[in-house]
Amino acid sequence: MKIKIYFLFYTIAFLIIFFIFYKGLQNPNNYKPTIKIKKNIPSFKAEMFDSRININSEEIFKGNQFYLMNIWASWCVPCRKEHTFLVNLSKKKNIKIIGLNYKDNNEHAKNFLKELGNPYNFIFLDKDGIIAIEWGAFGVPETFLIHNNKIIKKIIGPINEESLLEIERLIQ
Amino acid sequence: MKLFNYLLVTLLVLNFNLLNAQDLDLQKKITKNLRCLICQGQSVYDSDSEFANSLKILTKQKLNEGLNEKQIYSYLKDRYGEWILYDPEFNKNTYFLWLLPVLMFIIGGAIIFKLFIIRKN
Repeated sequence: MKIKIYFLFYTIAFLIIFFIFYKGLQNPNNYKPTIKIKKNIPSFKAEMFDSRININSEEIFKGNQFYLMNIWASWCVPCRKEHTFLVNLSKKKNIKIIGLNYKDNNEHAKNFLKELGNPYNFIFLDKDGIIAIEWGAFGVPETFLIHNNKIIKKIIGPINEESLLEIERLIQ
Repeated sequence: MKLFNYLLVTLLVLNFNLLNAQDLDLQKKITKNLRCLICQGQSVYDSDSEFANSLKILTKQKLNEGLNEKQIYSYLKDRYGEWILYDPEFNKNTYFLWLLPVLMFIIGGAIIFKLFIIRKN
């Protein structure tokens, strides 16, 4: 009788542990950023790209307009690739593209825009990368589609044809 | 009088150092508990990536603004989720994790008690 109880106890314990580890095996242990959307955009103060004057973000993001907030840097290689998509998108009238120049050398950034074109309606400076954290970003490039002061889409990594199509569909 | 002045200045300087040291300790503690999300297996304190460096600056800035440890954690959790903390907080998703060691200790203790102490008697 006693042996039977022990046997039952060990079997159940083994099964529970087996189940937990088996479940754990299926979870990928790589971090995948959760994309929080429908969130209000943060308000922040930052320097302007060309004049070094502090400006409040609320003066830029206004109501019923679509904005594309793009975090970029001249030292970031994928940004170079994504830039042509941004330039194409900037030709559309119903979206304004706002840049956040992330931890960059001002001269290099200006040359970057001279070389590849400037799709941005406005550029903020982020010297310490603190504003990017305010937005919940991980690095460059990262893009947020904003409408009515809410983030409606977030793209981590460079924009490609697929995400461009989706942005165009969303702003119709 | 001159000596007294010197003493006062030295004392003040030492005092500031102490204040600063406390802040630095806290900053160290916080950044050690933050996971560098783009360099896995490293804390923000250990990492030298752009993301981690920004987080270090941010932590310092928030401490200067007068936020405490908990407020900084919740600020970051709001942006990056629970995963950014190495030390998960006690809530309905993590209670099993926190209580498991205690449970194991109690069950293990009961087994040892039963096997050795009762049997001896």
